[in-house]
Amino acid sequence: MLNYLWAFMILTGIIYGAFHGTMAEISSAALDSAKEAVTLCITMLGVMSFWTGLMQIAQKAGIITSMTRKILPFLRFLFPSLYGEKRALEYISTNVIANTLGLGWACTPAGLKAMEEMQKIRLRRGENPDIASNEMCGFLILNISSLQLIPVNMIVYRSQYGSVDPTAIIAPAIVATLCSTLAGIIFLKIADIPSHHSNGTDRSKEGL
Amino acid sequence: MNLANVLSNFSNIVIPLIIFYIIATGIANKVNVYDEFLTGARDGMKTVAGIMPTLIGLMIAVGVLRASGFLDFLGQLLATAFSALSIPAPILPVILIKMFSSSAATGLVLDIFKTYGPDSEIGFLTSIIMSSTETIFYTMSVYFLAAKVKKTRYTLPGALIATLAGIVASFWIVGYML
Repeated sequence: MLNYLWAFMILTGIIYGAFHGTMAEISSAALDSAKEAVTLCITMLGVMSFWTGLMQIAQKAGIITSMTRKILPFLRFLFPSLYGEKRALEYISTNVIANTLGLGWACTPAGLKAMEEMQKIRLRRGENPDIASNEMCGFLILNISSLQLIPVNMIVYRSQYGSVDPTAIIAPAIVATLCSTLAGIIFLKIADIPSHHSNGTDRSKEGL
Repeated sequence: MNLANVLSNFSNIVIPLIIFYIIATGIANKVNVYDEFLTGARDGMKTVAGIMPTLIGLMIAVGVLRASGFLDFLGQLLATAFSALSIPAPILPVILIKMFSSSAATGLVLDIFKTYGPDSEIGFLTSIIMSSTETIFYTMSVYFLAAKVKKTRYTLPGALIATLAGIVASFWIVGYML
């Protein structure tokens, strides 16, 4: 996807520039942007290393494990049909906590494991593996609703471009994230209702 | 104290509180906090080094698009089309591209910061929208591919509703704060 998007951006820029006499600007913009990306990365090196260093301490101090355990009741509420599926719930909670703390590199592996685990459960229950289960849909909606509480990257970008108060976005971003997650949860709870009546045995029909 | 004050005070204290809590808990649990910090910081440097080529590539692409004049043209085009929604024109491409690729959207966001400044209304709004939304199509394709699922049922509508709620909330908060 990015393949075409990237090519489209550059090719469109050059073609548009050729017709509007901005070729000289394009040449200098290409070189300046490359330089600028590196400057940005240097700022990022500091802030990201600072954050990942703190998270490493949090992990060793058992903060992340205890947070993971604390959200289990919440996950049982969201995914009632995963009751007793310890491994799947553990992967989901690791993914959710990593997401919340902005540990991008830690959430994807746990998230993929959670999906595989939910697929195993589906196969074990004799359901159609081509169709997403309610838990999978819910888990994805939860992920896409954005769970990150401290937008570290945005703070870095803001400070790089001269914001007088780069962290001013934290509280508003938390409120906006809560709104999107709440909307996602309400939606998945409503979409989930039919499954309680069919007792989870023949959910494949809902996909059709 | 009104909502705007509460929000900005909270923004100010949250980082020091997190730092204090993590380090104090580490010391209480006899963790070698400094050594662990260095280990983590090294990982963070690797992460940044890993995304550096992506950032260079995408910032060049956005730079070319901006310098050619196409981005302004697109902005005007979208502004006419969406004038009824009263969404600032430069934010529309960010919202649309963010659904597919976070890094491509980042390129546009940096362009907005450069043009309008991160503390302008547009800059602030963009920061919050970027912080409260996710890459819908990328996440769905990677996660469902891992589980070999073909029919995604109500995932996309749910994801779109959550994203829309995040965007509406961002507008509401910024309108309230500024």
